[in-house]
Amino acid sequence: MQPIIEIRNLGKEYQLGTAFRTENFREFLLRKARQPWNGLRGRENPHASGKERFWALRHLEFDVPEGECIGVIGRNGAGKSTLLKIISRITDPSEGHVKLRGRFASLLEVGTGFHSELTGRENIFLNGAILGMRRSEILAKFDGIVAFSEVGKFLDTPVKRYSSGMYVRLAFAVAAHLNPEILVVDEVLAVGDIAFQKKCLGKMNEVRQSGRTVLFVSHNMATVENLCQHAVVLEQGQLSFLGTAKEAVQHYLKRQATSAGENKSHIVNLKDSPRRGHGSSPLLDKAEFYGPGGEPLSCLQIGDALKIRIHLHLDNPVESFDVGIGFFSLYGQRVFTAHSRFEPDRPRKAEPGPKVLVCDIPSFTLVPGDYIVGIWADINGVMTDLVEEAARITVVESDYYGTGKAPWNDVMVMKQRWHTETAPDELRVSSGCTASGAGPG
Amino acid sequence: MSSYELVIKTRTGWHLIDFREVTRYRELFAFLVWRDIKVRYRQTLLGGLWAVLQPLIAMIVFTIIFHRLAGVGTDGAPYPLFAFAGLAPWTFFSASVTQSSNSLIGNQNLVSKIYFPRLFIPLAAVSALLMDLLLSLGIFSVLLIWYHWRLTAAVFFLPIFIVAAFLAAGGIGLVLSALNVNFRDVKYAVPFLIQMGLFVTPVIYPVRYVPKRWMWILAVNPMSGVVLGFRRCLLGTGESWQLVASSLTVCLLLFIVGLFVFGRMERRFADII
Repeated sequence: MQPIIEIRNLGKEYQLGTAFRTENFREFLLRKARQPWNGLRGRENPHASGKERFWALRHLEFDVPEGECIGVIGRNGAGKSTLLKIISRITDPSEGHVKLRGRFASLLEVGTGFHSELTGRENIFLNGAILGMRRSEILAKFDGIVAFSEVGKFLDTPVKRYSSGMYVRLAFAVAAHLNPEILVVDEVLAVGDIAFQKKCLGKMNEVRQSGRTVLFVSHNMATVENLCQHAVVLEQGQLSFLGTAKEAVQHYLKRQATSAGENKSHIVNLKDSPRRGHGSSPLLDKAEFYGPGGEPLSCLQIGDALKIRIHLHLDNPVESFDVGIGFFSLYGQRVFTAHSRFEPDRPRKAEPGPKVLVCDIPSFTLVPGDYIVGIWADINGVMTDLVEEAARITVVESDYYGTGKAPWNDVMVMKQRWHTETAPDELRVSSGCTASGAGPG
Repeated sequence: MSSYELVIKTRTGWHLIDFREVTRYRELFAFLVWRDIKVRYRQTLLGGLWAVLQPLIAMIVFTIIFHRLAGVGTDGAPYPLFAFAGLAPWTFFSASVTQSSNSLIGNQNLVSKIYFPRLFIPLAAVSALLMDLLLSLGIFSVLLIWYHWRLTAAVFFLPIFIVAAFLAAGGIGLVLSALNVNFRDVKYAVPFLIQMGLFVTPVIYPVRYVPKRWMWILAVNPMSGVVLGFRRCLLGTGESWQLVASSLTVCLLLFIVGLFVFGRMERRFADII
């Protein structure tokens, strides 16, 4: 049987520089005017004019059989979004082709096309149409969508007055009622509360079990393992692995761990980090990691003290500045956040100039493993600079509980005390006898 | 698996739009028009009244300045009727061009996240304004009664000129909205160009004021045919049919050129918007 999605030698080339920024008309004329000259001198070559080109995706080939749920994983910038944009026809490929043998719908971002001035009811129709539903189809599914979104009595309120949770629920509710043969999903599960996420996963499972094809892109390895049979791993625009979801996740984690070794130093340069988020203005300069004795950190034992010094500079006087440090598992889940906002009475107003903020964590209680550290700066309460994968730290086992017993495969450890108390039943049966339990120490 | 098969690959060269695709998505077009109409006067006190106030106030101002003070004449009809019959399509045209040329960059999230025929966005902006045009024609009928002016059978030809106005505004809107994705200069040039357009279109003055040797400007101006046509249909005042025919041809050509230019430029929208 022919595959429902067929990808052959797919490539997408972007031009850096001029094409990324919108060129104004004068620049366009100048560029056009210079072109004949370049041609005469044999400099037609676009590389010569300072325009850098890069392939966001190249030589990509794989098939997706019908009815399969296939995961696409890879770190930021590996080409996942580009692949989805091509499959959903938002942008043309530069070479190669994709063949789709079924109607498809994509959820690149839930809520696309929502208009804040329109009411919930109106947006259901508009968004449904944008996602490719017919009017009759939306009418038929309307009650289901409303029930799923749980926005019931706010149906006739403009969505600009919705809480962000309601907004997302409504948006996903519309999307969840799509009925395509191929569904492309990107990171939608990152939003909403736990209960809602569960609902979404349930819905995706339903779609999968009804024999439709799902292409699922995520950072969350656990979800990929759970939902997908197979997965592809992208690395720098190329296919790096194709196999069962479990193998693909293992492959990805192994690559992540190796690349972790490359930049493991206790001083991390944030200033020129290639992992800076889009639109961030560079304020963060440097991060230093120190262990319990104040020595440069190589690896950390569970329960050790951790000191992180963040160097940054301010260009203008600010009402408040804060630094956040997020610890992510390799599965992509944020497991812990340290934030200077949590420090009471810290003077937050500041004059321009270099600053150093120090974060002391007396006992770091995440279980052994590698963690990705993201660091960001909030200026006047707004995230202004973000370095997504600033550093990695490794936590190794230690005798945290002082019993020689290692913790299981959890997320964290916590100090705990146990003792035995006289149970009420026991008291009745053997009155007079006191069962005594003693806690350790 | 359905028999449906779609091949996605690099497109090059000039193509007319894919009509199959457009018919498949036609319901979405209706929704976008509906959205633009719904949203336009949300959270305003006067709401849809704005649609008729604009040409009405312009008519009053023009009557005072150009008719009373400057002594501009008409070709038979009372000046307020004469001005309004020209201002109704002109207001539609100028609002359409302004809104459609900014429509793509105003809908960035749609363009960069979801696929559907992109030309729906500028054309929906123009279509939504047809509603305003119809409302102002309603006001015009009140003015007709006020001035005891009789409609003739010529009024049945009015739809032709409404379509022509749509083609002109749509064609220019398609080109400008596509250019706007690349060059934000468009945003600043459009209001200026529209202001200039008012002077080279016989909205304020009758055609007989235009010297023979400048007549060609009216002949290549798509809106002069529309304005003259509106006057012919609503007021029955006669005009040169050659001039109107040539101008309407320009409307049609503009729209076709618009489709081609848009079709060529739309491939890169998502990458550069």
